[in-house]
Amino acid sequence: MEIGLVELSRLQFAMTAMYHFLFVPLTLGLSILVAIMETVYVMTNRPIWRQITKFWAMLFGINFALGVATGLTMEFQFGMNWSYYSHYVGDIFGAPLAIEGLMAFFMEATFVGLMFFGWDKLTKVQHAVVTWLVAIGSNFSALWILIANGWMQNPVGSVFNPDTMRMEMTSFFDVMFNEVAQAKFVHTVSAGYVTASVFVLGVSAFYLIQDKHKDLARRSIGVASAFGLASALSVVVLGDESGYSASHTQKMKLAAIEAMWETEEAPASFTLVGFPDQEARETHYAVRFPWVMGIIGTRSLTKKIPGIAELVKISEHKIRDGIIAYDALMTIRAEREATPQQVRDTFEAHSGNLGYALLLKRYVDDPREATEEQIKLAADDTVPGVAPLFWAFRVMVGLGFSFIAVMLYFFWRSSFRQMQFPRWSLYFAVAVIPAPWIAAELGWFVSEFGRQPWTVDGILPTALSASHLTVADLLITLTGFVTFYTILFIVEMGLMVKYIRKGPYQDVEETNTWQRAYEARLRGETNATPAE
Amino acid sequence: MILFEMIDYDVLRVIWWVLLGVLLIGFALTDGFDMGVGALLPFVGKTDVERRVAINTIGPVWEGNQVWFILGGGAIFAAWPPLYAVSFSGFYLAMFVILAAFILRPVAFKYRSKRDSQAWRSSWDWALFVGGAVPALLFGVAVGNVLLGVPFHLTEDLMPMYDGNFFSKFIGLLRPFALLAGVVSLSVLLMHGAAWLSLKAEGPVAQRARRIGTVAGIVAFVTYAVAGLWMAFGMDGYALGEVTANGPSNPLYSEVSRGVSWMSAYAARPWIWIAPVMGFSGIAMAVVGMRAGREVSTLLWSQLGIVGIISSVGLTMFPFILPSNVDPKSSLTVWDASSSHQTLFVMLVVTVIFLPLILGYTAWVYKVLWGKVTEADVTENSHSVY
Repeated sequence: MEIGLVELSRLQFAMTAMYHFLFVPLTLGLSILVAIMETVYVMTNRPIWRQITKFWAMLFGINFALGVATGLTMEFQFGMNWSYYSHYVGDIFGAPLAIEGLMAFFMEATFVGLMFFGWDKLTKVQHAVVTWLVAIGSNFSALWILIANGWMQNPVGSVFNPDTMRMEMTSFFDVMFNEVAQAKFVHTVSAGYVTASVFVLGVSAFYLIQDKHKDLARRSIGVASAFGLASALSVVVLGDESGYSASHTQKMKLAAIEAMWETEEAPASFTLVGFPDQEARETHYAVRFPWVMGIIGTRSLTKKIPGIAELVKISEHKIRDGIIAYDALMTIRAEREATPQQVRDTFEAHSGNLGYALLLKRYVDDPREATEEQIKLAADDTVPGVAPLFWAFRVMVGLGFSFIAVMLYFFWRSSFRQMQFPRWSLYFAVAVIPAPWIAAELGWFVSEFGRQPWTVDGILPTALSASHLTVADLLITLTGFVTFYTILFIVEMGLMVKYIRKGPYQDVEETNTWQRAYEARLRGETNATPAE
Repeated sequence: MILFEMIDYDVLRVIWWVLLGVLLIGFALTDGFDMGVGALLPFVGKTDVERRVAINTIGPVWEGNQVWFILGGGAIFAAWPPLYAVSFSGFYLAMFVILAAFILRPVAFKYRSKRDSQAWRSSWDWALFVGGAVPALLFGVAVGNVLLGVPFHLTEDLMPMYDGNFFSKFIGLLRPFALLAGVVSLSVLLMHGAAWLSLKAEGPVAQRARRIGTVAGIVAFVTYAVAGLWMAFGMDGYALGEVTANGPSNPLYSEVSRGVSWMSAYAARPWIWIAPVMGFSGIAMAVVGMRAGREVSTLLWSQLGIVGIISSVGLTMFPFILPSNVDPKSSLTVWDASSSHQTLFVMLVVTVIFLPLILGYTAWVYKVLWGKVTEADVTENSHSVY
C-alpha cells in the first residue's frame, strides 16, 4: 500500500474529527448549564431565568446543529476510509458506537426538538425534564464514544480469531470498564464543562463591558464560574489519572510525551521544558525537576518508568515474537481444521504480539521474510513524534491550570464581592474564550498522535488499517470536506456573533406582568405567587 | 461468560438480520418523510410563510428521525462488521455525496430563518431540497446495486478490494436497474412526504402536496412493478452452496454460484409474497386516500407500502446481504458476515432494553406535537420556530 494513501486518510480523519470536536465540548457543557439555569427557573419561577435559559439554549442550538452534522461523518468514516480497521476490530469497536446510538444519541436528538419547540406545549417541569434528558443524552454519548476510543488505547477484553482473521470480544465488561476509558470520559466531559463555562463567562463579560443585559450577564457569570471551577479542578485531577493509567498501559506514549529517552533511576525527574531531538534521542536545554515524574507517573518512589530506548528494545523483541505467531497463523489459514494442535498452541502462546509482526508489512509483504534491518526499522517506528507531543502536552496542561485560576477569580468576585468585576477582568474573560478549544484539540492530538504507529495499540498498525481507495478518491473527498466545512464554519461563526450581539429575546409584556405582580406582593396587596 | 450461548449463533444471526431490516424501515418511515418534505419544499411552498409551514411540520422531529440513519451505521458496524467495511468504502464517493447532503440538512433547518434576506432563505431552501432528494435517490441506487452485485473481492487477509478506478466506481453505480431502483425510492419517499404534509399542514401547502403525492405514488407503483419484472426476467441472482449457519464469520469459507433468478426465493418460500403484496397495496391505498383527502389513514398506508418494499428486497435476497459480481465467493451472507456470537448477544440485550424505550419516548414526542402547523403558528412565533 502506498504511504500517500494512508497519510491522506489520516489527514482526513484528523481534520474531520478535530472539526467535529469544535462543537462537541460546547454541546456537552452548555446542555448542562442550560439545564441548571432552567432548574433555577422552575424553582424560583422568575421570568429572568426563563429568559436566561432561552438565550443560552438558542446559542446551544446553533452549535448543536453543526455538532450533529459533523458527527454524521464520524459515524461512517471508519467504514469509508478505514475498512480494514473496521473489519479487524468491528466486533469490539462497533458495539459501543451502536450502544451510543441506542442509549444516548437517540434520546438527545429526540428531545432536542421539544426543547426548542415545546415551550408552549409542555408544563414547566416537563420542559425542564426534557432539557435535562438532552443534557444527559449528550453526556452519555461521550461515555460510549470514549469507551470505543479507550479500547483503541488499551485493547482489553478481546482476542484474535484465526478463522475470521479479526479481533473478537471476550469480555464486554472489560471493554466497558476499561480504566483508560473511564478516566478519559470524566476528563473529556469536564473539559466540555470548562469550555461552556468559559464561553458563558466570556459572552456575559462582553455584555457587562457593553453595559447591557446586565441582569442576564451577572446571573450567568454566577452559574458559570461555580460550575466552571468544579469542572476545571476535575479536568486536572482526571488528566493526572489518565497519565497514571498511561504509565502501565501506554508506556511509549508517556515516554514520548515526557521526552524520556533513557530509563532513569526511580523516581525519575520531570522535564518542564526543553527541545526534544528525535534523531539524537536527547532533549536540548532541558529544565528538569528531580523526582517529580516518578511520583506522578508511578505514585511511588521505587518504581522505574521505562525510557524510549528500552521500550524500542522491547518492541523489537515483540516483533520477533509476533513473527512466530504470524507463521503459525499462515499454517492455520492453509490447513484450517486439519491444523495440528501444536501449531494452534504456538499461535495462542504468541498471538498477543501478532500486531507487532504486522508492523513489518510496511517494509515486506511477508513478515517472515523480514531482514534484521527491517525489524530494527519497524521497532524504531513504534516511537511517535516526540517533540510535537512534548509541546502539545505542556501547552494543554498550562491552559488547564490557568482555567482553575480564571474560574476561581470570577467565583470569588461573584460570591464575595457583590458581582463587581473590574473592567480588565471582563476584557480578559472575553479574550480567553478560544483557550479551552485550543486545550481540547491539543488533548486529542496528544492522545491520538501519541498512539501512533497504531490504530489499536499493539494490535493493528495504522499503515494497514486504511481502505484500498485511490489517491484521487481521497483528494476529492478531502477537498470536498475542506471547502464544505470552511463555508459552514463561516456561516456558524457569523450567526453566533449575530445572535450574541442581538442579545436575549425579551418578552416585554411577560416581564412587566411578573414585575407588577411581584411589586403588588411586596406591598402586601395579595398573597398569590406571581404567575408567569 | 457462557451466558451468550443461551441463544444459538445462527438464531442470533437471523435476529440481527431482522433488526437490520427494522432499522432500515425505522429510518425510511421517519426520516423518509423528512427527506420527502425537503424534496417537495420548493414545489409545495410558493411564499416564505408557506415554506416555513412545511419546514416546521418536520422541524421538531427530524433530528430524532435522523438518528435511525446514524444508529443504522453503528448497528451495522457492531453486528455486521464486514458489511460496514465493504459497503461504505466500496460506495465511497456515493457515501460522500449522501453525507454532504445530510450535513447540509441540519444546518439548513437551523440557519434558514435566522436571517431575513430572500437570497439567504432561498439558498437554504435549495439546500433542503438537495438534502432530501439526493439521499432519497441514492439509497435506492445503492439497493439496486446490491441486487445486481457489487464489484469487490476479499483477499486472504479479508481486506476488501475494489475493481475499477474512482470514476468508474462512482459513475459505474448508475447502472440502468440501479437507477430504476433509485426512482422507486425517490418517488415513494416523495409520496410519503406528501402524506405527512397533508396530515400536518393545511391550505395550499397540503393541497399541492396531495397533488404531487398522487403522481409520485403512481410512479412508485409502476416502477416497483417494472423492477420486479426486471428481476424475474432480466437479471441473474445468486445462490449459496452448502450452508454452515453456525460457522465462523469468514465469507471465503462458502461457495456462491450465479445464474439462478432472485425470484426463485418466491417458489422456495411462498409466504414471502406477503412483502410485495404489502408494497403494492400500501402504495395503491395511499394514492386513493390522498385523492379522497383522508389524512391519518393515508400516512399509515404509505408506511405499509414502505415496509413492504424494504422487506421484499431483504426477503428476496436472503441469506445474501451484499453479493459480489466480480468474485461471487467473496459475497457477504447472513451466515458468514456477522459479529462474533458474544457480540451479537450483548448487542441484542442492549437493543431489547433500549429499542422499546426509544419507541416509547418517540411516540410521546409525536403525541405532544400532534396537530397541524398553521401559518399563524409561524408568523406569531417567528423568532422561535424554524
